Amino acid sequence: MSKSEMIWLALSFGMLMAFMLATGYQTFALEMGPPSHGETIDPQKVDETAPFDQPGIKKIGENEYEVVMTMQIFSFNPSDIEIPAGATVHFILTSKDVTHGFQVAGTNINAMVMPGHIQKITQTFDRPGEYLVLCNEYCGAGHQLMSTTINVK
Amino acid sequence: METALKESYIQKVNRYMGLQREDARISKSYLFVAFVALLLGGILGLLQGLNRAGMLELPYWLNYYQVLTAHGVLLVLVLTAFFTIGYFYAGLSHTLGGLLPKVRKMAWIGFSLKIVGFVFAVIPILLNQASVLYTFYPPMAASPYFYIGLVLIVLGVWMCAFGAFINVAHWRKNNRGQNLPIFSFFATGVFVLLFFGSIPVAIEVFMIIPWAFGWVETINVMLSRTLFWAFGHTLVNIWYLTAVSAWYVIVPKVIGGRRFSDTLTRIVVILLVVMNIPGGFHHQIVDPGISQEVKFLHVFMSLSIAFPSLMTAYAMFSVFERTGRKQGGKGLLGWYKKLPWGDVRFLAPMIAMIAFIVGGAGGIVQSTNQLNQVVHNTMWIVGHFHITVGTSVILTFFGITYWLVPYISNRTLTPKINRLGVIQTFIWTVGMLFMAGSMHYVGLLGAPRRTSYTTYGESATAMGWDPFMILIAIGGVLLIVGVLLQVYAVFHLMFRAPKGKTEFPIAEREEHDTYTPYWTERWGNWIVIMLLLIAMGYVIPIVDFTINAPPGSPPIKTW
Repeated sequence: MSKSEMIWLALSFGMLMAFMLATGYQTFALEMGPPSHGETIDPQKVDETAPFDQPGIKKIGENEYEVVMTMQIFSFNPSDIEIPAGATVHFILTSKDVTHGFQVAGTNINAMVMPGHIQKITQTFDRPGEYLVLCNEYCGAGHQLMSTTINVK
Repeated sequence: METALKESYIQKVNRYMGLQREDARISKSYLFVAFVALLLGGILGLLQGLNRAGMLELPYWLNYYQVLTAHGVLLVLVLTAFFTIGYFYAGLSHTLGGLLPKVRKMAWIGFSLKIVGFVFAVIPILLNQASVLYTFYPPMAASPYFYIGLVLIVLGVWMCAFGAFINVAHWRKNNRGQNLPIFSFFATGVFVLLFFGSIPVAIEVFMIIPWAFGWVETINVMLSRTLFWAFGHTLVNIWYLTAVSAWYVIVPKVIGGRRFSDTLTRIVVILLVVMNIPGGFHHQIVDPGISQEVKFLHVFMSLSIAFPSLMTAYAMFSVFERTGRKQGGKGLLGWYKKLPWGDVRFLAPMIAMIAFIVGGAGGIVQSTNQLNQVVHNTMWIVGHFHITVGTSVILTFFGITYWLVPYISNRTLTPKINRLGVIQTFIWTVGMLFMAGSMHYVGLLGAPRRTSYTTYGESATAMGWDPFMILIAIGGVLLIVGVLLQVYAVFHLMFRAPKGKTEFPIAEREEHDTYTPYWTERWGNWIVIMLLLIAMGYVIPIVDFTINAPPGSPPIKTW
């Protein structure tokens, strides 16, 4: 192996390690890890199981909210959410039928929402405006219609 | 002794007569199907691009998701699998002194199984009974015949994998202590991955079939999704390894040079094989039910695949520079002018390699946890695999056809078809720049993948994506021109081009290349290491998904 190749491979290795360190630091020190909630639920009994028996938005602290939401073909419940600017929102999500994807354009909210699993993701909405919420996993004939909004005032 | 004599006789015949006719017929049939699939899949791709840009409304009997399912199955399954098998079988025959009669038979049985399986899968798609896309995530349930078709396709692929193993084992028995010819070494790696990589999907489909028939009430959604990606990502990496084989073995010969270090080449193959399958988990970085610690381990396993690719980047440019300088190129970069840019057999794979610099960088970035969250399931991902599979792999395959098709058809590449190929490569490159470039960007803005034209109720955000969707459609129009030119070139070279002999271009080793240690041949060891790495990645999550599984889901048809 030539010297230049050794250098190239050392740099390559270093670059990959730098990615690993940055990812690990963000995940474990800054708690910016990807949505990975572990709780499960009976997908055929979502409506009878707390907290999804009462989907909706609830104020839980100083400008802090909890949104319990079900996703089903081809809608979000609750829909058209309104919150004040600067609010921190904890989303608790599950699916009542097939696999869906929960995405809010213009933010880093992006999570798979699967039947049988409860998913959680948190976001602080600093900028006012109307955010588009959409399903980003193909879920059937009306997949392209599955959207709602979050209005930050 | 007798076999040895027979072997050398076959080799001699090969040298003088080209590929044996019966072996050629196998490769020809596989390539024929591959390029019919390209034509059909390409047309469907155009329909999608135009629909997504809001320029075309599909008729009521053909919906977007049906088109998307067929586009995926035709291009990422049929085109690639049939090309790979046709290409490697021609090379196995060429470098191992002909296929054994038994192996030939297996290749034909595999061919029939795949075709029958394909018909089984495609009829439900056409009837709109299987609009589940090629990832078919349960609990969306297609017609059971769709899955039966997939089983037959997998069995067909296994048939070809075992055929290759038998031929390789036979050669090794007659050539004890010798290293397998490099081309066949690549083929071995590819077929090992094809076999082991498709085991998870076979298990998944065997879980699905009784459920789709209604014999079993519910299915474990998370487990099936995980088994799918253990296969899905391996599959695209198999196509990539196939392209890499041409970069290391064929391209140096085309440019009049010699191969990169034989030992390092074999190490790259081994690394790509053993580290591949656990990489699939990066498709599940934003899934519920997998802890962040396990996800971090999988980021590591995914990123480690980048290392052999970075070795390849060095190797390729080293070969180019050395060859260019030998031919009189001077100065720091003067060597690149000496490369045969006007030869499509070089140009197409060269652009493919350059595309892989972009595609590989994008791949590294999007495998890391937080950045994945930005792009997961957006158009960015679609852009990513149109750069990697759609450009790096496919342009290499296109470049291969300009010598492989004449080789198996006993015809020659004319300057006219070469020029057509150069134009085709140019159109493909520009088309992909438009299409994949815009897809990456609009994905960052949030446009989701796998979604037909929509404004989401006149949402200003979604309407802002429209200009990029039009750029994607323009790319799509260029690409369909590329498809037509390519399909014409292949069929011309197969049936029309002037008769003559074409060489199977395998580059020689460098004169002062070091001796290749025999341990590289220990495939048994590599498979054990591969299985250990798979176990490292998958045992914890799979046990977890099985033991802590929520009640399952019944089949649902949502289209």
